[in-house]
Amino acid sequence: MNAQAALSPYSSSAGKTARHETHVLSVLVDNEPGVLARVVGLFSGRGYNIESLTVAEVAHLQGLSRITVVTSGAPETIEQISHQLERIVPIHKVTDLSLDNAFVQRELAMIKVRGKGESRTEALRLAEAFRARVIDATTESFIFELTGAPKKIDDFVELMRPIGLVEVSRTGVAAITRGPLTM
Amino acid sequence: MSKIMTGAEMVVQALQDQGVTHLFGYPGGAVLPIYDALFHQDKVQHVLVRHEQGAAHAAEGFARSTGKVGAVLVTSGPGATNAITGLTDALMDSIPVVCITGQVPTHLIGSDAFQECDTVGLTRHCTKHNYLVRRIEDLPRILHEAFYIARSGRPGPVVIDIPKDVQFASGPYAPPKNAQHKTYHPRVKADIGKIKQAVAMMAKAKKPILYTGGGVVNAGPTASTLLRELVQLTNFPITSTLMGLGAYPGSGPNWLGMLGMHGSYEANNAMHDCDLMVCVGARFDDRITGRLDAFSPGSKKIHIDIDPSSINKNVMVDLAVVGDCAHVLEDIVRLWRAEAHQTDPKALKAWWAQIDKWRARKSFGYKKSDTTIKPQYAVERLYELTKDRKTYITTEVGQHQMWAAQHYKFEEPNRWMTSGGLGTMGYGLPAAIGTQLAHPDALVIDIAGEASILMNIQELSTAKQFLAPVKIFILNNEYMGMVRQWQELLHGGRYSSSYSEALPDFVKLAEAYGMKGIRCSDPKNLDAAIQEMIDHPGAVIFDCLVDKAENCLPMIPSGKAHNDMILPDFEEDLGKVIDDKGKMLV
Repeated sequence: MNAQAALSPYSSSAGKTARHETHVLSVLVDNEPGVLARVVGLFSGRGYNIESLTVAEVAHLQGLSRITVVTSGAPETIEQISHQLERIVPIHKVTDLSLDNAFVQRELAMIKVRGKGESRTEALRLAEAFRARVIDATTESFIFELTGAPKKIDDFVELMRPIGLVEVSRTGVAAITRGPLTM
Repeated sequence: MSKIMTGAEMVVQALQDQGVTHLFGYPGGAVLPIYDALFHQDKVQHVLVRHEQGAAHAAEGFARSTGKVGAVLVTSGPGATNAITGLTDALMDSIPVVCITGQVPTHLIGSDAFQECDTVGLTRHCTKHNYLVRRIEDLPRILHEAFYIARSGRPGPVVIDIPKDVQFASGPYAPPKNAQHKTYHPRVKADIGKIKQAVAMMAKAKKPILYTGGGVVNAGPTASTLLRELVQLTNFPITSTLMGLGAYPGSGPNWLGMLGMHGSYEANNAMHDCDLMVCVGARFDDRITGRLDAFSPGSKKIHIDIDPSSINKNVMVDLAVVGDCAHVLEDIVRLWRAEAHQTDPKALKAWWAQIDKWRARKSFGYKKSDTTIKPQYAVERLYELTKDRKTYITTEVGQHQMWAAQHYKFEEPNRWMTSGGLGTMGYGLPAAIGTQLAHPDALVIDIAGEASILMNIQELSTAKQFLAPVKIFILNNEYMGMVRQWQELLHGGRYSSSYSEALPDFVKLAEAYGMKGIRCSDPKNLDAAIQEMIDHPGAVIFDCLVDKAENCLPMIPSGKAHNDMILPDFEEDLGKVIDDKGKMLV
C-alpha cells in the first residue's frame, strides 16, 4: 500500500481493517509462455507487494507449474489479490495457504562469508548450530547452504554479518499444505 | 472433419465459423497472407478503417450494439500499438473483441525487425487474454478459444498475435465443437442460498434502491427484461451507471436517472440515504461512489457480479452474489414470485415521497435561452425528434457525453455506445460506423464535441467508403468543455490549452467528403435543422454551435460525497468548492 493511496478520499477506511498481514499464496498455472509475466504484471500494475516469488514446473505431463508468492497487505487486499489472480485465464487455482495457517514453508539460501583466523571458527560453529552445510570452502571463504523457514535464514544472515558476510542468494519460499489434503 | 489449409485460411475460416460478418482492419506487411485469404471469399466483409484505433472502436460499437463479438485485424508493430487504446477501452468497459495482429516471422522475433513490437507484452495489461501463436498446430484451437474467452464470463478483448510464417504454414483445421477452455469456466449460475438471502433482504427493505450497470446489458436482452419485471414486482426505485443506460427504460416510472458525478440529485441522494442497495452488474467505480468513506453509510449492500474480483474491491458489501446478471435476476424474480414476497407498502410510500422531493429539485434543469442554443436543449430536441425511430447513440468523451446521458432517454439496452471506463475521446465516430454497419436501417448518431471528433476524424473516409449514413451531431462550444469546466473549478479559470483553436469549417469538411454539412446556431431553427439531418439518407456532420460557457451540472465535486452535489442553481464561486485533497483527484 503506498502512502498516497491511503490518503485519498476515494480510498475507504470504512469496513476495512488496518492490519497488515503476510500471506503465502500457492498458484497453479498452465506452463505456457507469458504466464509468469501476467502474474508479476498484475502485482506491479495494481500496486500489490511481492516479498518473494518462486516458480517451477510440478507436473510435466499436464504442463502445470506452481508459483508460490509471499505477499503482504490488509486482509481485504490479499483477498482481492486472490480474486485478481483467478481472473488470469491460464491460472487453474489460487490457494491462500495462510488462511487456515496449516502449511509448511521452506527456503534455500547460499551464504558467502569471508574471513581469516578466529572468525572462521566462529562461522563454522554458528553454521553447525543452524544445521547449515558447507558447500564450498577456500582458505579465506565459506559458502553455507541453509534450508528453513525465511525467519531462520534471516537470523543466520544477521549472525554472519559481523563475521564477514559478503553475499547471499535465496530461492524464495516454497510452501505446501499440511496433512492429507491438497491445495 | 478436419481439412488441410494455411494459417491465413484458418483465420478466415474460423472467423466465418464464429459467425463474424464484419472485420474491421487495416492491412500491412505482416498480415498480407490473411488479406489474401479474405480476397477469396465474401462471407466476412472487411471494413477498411483509416487508423487502427478506429478499427478497435468500430468493433466495440458493433459488439455493444449487437451483443456479438467484434473482430479486428491489424498488422504488426504500429498496427498493433495503434489498436491498444481501443483494446484498453474494451477491457475497461467489458466489450467482447477479438483482435488478430500480424507479427514478424518467428525466426525474426526478438531481433528488432522492421515493424516488430512485443505485441503480447504490450497488450498483456489491456486484454483479457492474449496469445502468440508459434505453431500452426495450435492456431485452430487458439482461434476458437479466443472467441470463447472474449464472450464468456465478464467479456473483454483478446489478442491473437500470428507471425507471418505461421500464416503461410499448412495444417489441419477443425471447426469449433463446443469450444471451451480447459480451465476458464466462469460461473454463471449463482449459489441459491445467496439468492434466498438477497430476496429476504429485499423483502425487508424500507428504503431500497437498485443500482445497475453495464453487466445487465452484457448479460443480454433477457437480463433487461427480467430487471424490468423485478422493478415492477418490487416497486423499487432504480438508477444506473453510464454503461447501464437502457437496461431499464428512461421513461419508466421508477427511473431516477443516471447516478454518479454528473448523475441526478434524486439518484445520488437515494443512494446515500437508502437502507438497501442492490448493485446489479456495476462495479462501484470512483465516478459513481464519490468520497468512499461517506458512500451510502447506512445501507446494507448486495453486489451481483460475474467477476469475483469486482466484489469488495472499492466498497465492502454485505452479500456477494457471484453469477451472470440474467441468471441471478431470473432466480430472484422466480423466488420473489414463488414465495409471494411483498415489500412494506407504507415504508416504500414514504421512501417514494422523499424521492419525489429530491426529484422536484429538477437537477438536470438549465437556464433556457432564446438566442443561444444550450447544449442540453440540443440533446433534448434530438431526443424528441428521434425517439420514435430505431435510434442508436454513440458519443465521444466530455461534457457532451454527460449531457447525452442526462437528457437522452434510452428505452432499450444496446442502443447506447459510449466510452465509460477509459474515457476515450475519438471513440464515437468509429463506434457509430461499427454500429451502423451492424444495423444498416437504423438511425445512428454520434453525439460529439468539436474537440473529440477531431481525434478520429479520419474515419469519415471509412463512413464514406462503406456508405454508413452516420449522423455526427457536434455540440460545438469551441472548448474542450470538460477540461475548461475543471479549470474553472480547480485552476482559477486559467484555461490553459483548452480552447479549440484553428477548428475546421465542419460544414465544408463534410462537403469535402461528399457528405452533408449542416450548421445551426439559432434555437428557433434547431428542430428544422435536426429534422433535415434525420431525413438526409447519407452521412451528415451537424455543427451545432452552443453556449460556450455552459457547465455540466449537477456535479459531485471530486472528493465529495453523494449528498454534497452542486446543483444547476448553484450561485457561489465554483473555484471554492473543492478542497486541496479533492484537487489531487481526477
